[in-house]
Amino acid sequence: MADGLEVSDLNAWFGSRQVLKNIGLRAPANGVTALIGPSGCGKSTFVRCLNRMHEVVPGARATGQVLLNGEDLYAPGVDPVMIRRRIGMVFQKPNPFPTMSVFDNVAAGLRLAGVRDKNVLHEVVERALGQAALWDEVKDELHKSGSSLSGGQQQRLCIARAVAVQPEVLLMDEPCSALDPIATAKIEDLILELKKDLTIVIVTHNMQQAARVSEWTGFFLMGELIEFGVTRELFTAPRQKKTEEYITGRFG
Amino acid sequence: MISFKKRVIVNRLMNFLAGAAAVLVILPLILVFGFLVYQGGSSLNLEFFTHMPKPVGEAGGGMANAIVGTLILIALACCVGLPIGILGGLYLAEARDPRLPWIVRFLADVLNGVPSIVIGIFAYTLVVLPMRRFSALAGGVALGVIMIPIVLRTTEEIVRLVPASLREAGLALGLPNWKVTLRIVLVTARAGIVTGVMVAIARIAGETAPLLFTAFGNRFWHSGLDQPIAALALQVFAYAISPYDDWHRQAWAGALVLITMVFLVSLAARLATRGLQRQTR
Repeated sequence: MADGLEVSDLNAWFGSRQVLKNIGLRAPANGVTALIGPSGCGKSTFVRCLNRMHEVVPGARATGQVLLNGEDLYAPGVDPVMIRRRIGMVFQKPNPFPTMSVFDNVAAGLRLAGVRDKNVLHEVVERALGQAALWDEVKDELHKSGSSLSGGQQQRLCIARAVAVQPEVLLMDEPCSALDPIATAKIEDLILELKKDLTIVIVTHNMQQAARVSEWTGFFLMGELIEFGVTRELFTAPRQKKTEEYITGRFG
Repeated sequence: MISFKKRVIVNRLMNFLAGAAAVLVILPLILVFGFLVYQGGSSLNLEFFTHMPKPVGEAGGGMANAIVGTLILIALACCVGLPIGILGGLYLAEARDPRLPWIVRFLADVLNGVPSIVIGIFAYTLVVLPMRRFSALAGGVALGVIMIPIVLRTTEEIVRLVPASLREAGLALGLPNWKVTLRIVLVTARAGIVTGVMVAIARIAGETAPLLFTAFGNRFWHSGLDQPIAALALQVFAYAISPYDDWHRQAWAGALVLITMVFLVSLAARLATRGLQRQTR
């Protein structure tokens, strides 16, 4: 059974400041859900709540319900570590482990979880790099340092690292904002390829990008989800005035 | 308004003064080193490294036992200082509640400033009195205690330099916090921590005062870690205050060996740091 992610009544705070107010939306399985909105509107915090990374920051907390295929990630007794194995994440800035080679970066998730079998690791690394459309570029330099790659390659390396542990969901927090248009196009192609296997939630500042890659889009403003719907409808016939003002560039 | 010509002159003068000050910084080291080579170089031969001290009155002999003794004392000190210093430093860098780290940090800086002879008295009370004899162990404890604050503070500083994004990348892969700390954060900080350890070793290698009533010194090969042990710094001290010319020359040579060891360790630390800078860019 794969329902994707279903969020309801999600609230999040940094200290006493509330940054998310009663968010509810559904990111369907094997689909791409894009989140747009001006800086500081809470969309990054929102995705970080989905794999319980928000609470890693001192003073941060969140309440509500996030169902992954029917299981509540915020139910008492749920181990955030186990959740993060099922929900991978790619960050804004490429962050490969600098002391590890390309191979070790991709293998890190499994190896540090205790997988030793070399054949298994090789298979997984090749598959993950293939999924990240990076295999052909790095197959002869798997032992070079991960940070010796170009920015776009580093970000695809981070995607490979995230998909190597075979998550059910992949969260992407502005994955292209540090990349040039060519590298961005590669990542966008990749997203369309990856959604065959998993559910993707992507935060982006680039509305064209949201329109290109996603089926569903949510518009965040000041910690609230103003509008959520089918991407084409949201961009062509927004129901909310604020959404229309934002996508036509009248503010934000 | 100062004239252009005057400004140029003042500029040249200040440039010269600052450059001269920079050269003066290294002058004492060069003078010390040169003087040591001049006074002790002649006694420095293969025998010095491979032979034991000769009895009083006989010329020649070496400090093989003291060189080995210093290495053993450094190893013992590392056994005491490194686990406490590195684990403590990790805690200071990672703890969420800032109160305990504040106290520890402050007291570690105080400990760093405690005269080394006082640390020697501490080790004497802690180890020598209960064991009822001077020992290599006691010397190692004294030097280890001196290492702790240095290793602690450098580990903390370096671990803090590891970008938070790497820690988040590890957590997002579904790794538990302790694994991220040990296998990602600590490994990334490795080169910097090694540098801190080298600096600490360079610092304790030449310590004499805390060894006077702990390791005590020994004219023979040591016969166990619970027995007194020779150390270069102690031997240099003993020979330097002796009335024999031959011993004086040996003391100079011993000092030369000691300073060369410190130099090499510092150089290694510098090279390790260069590796770190390449990694984190």
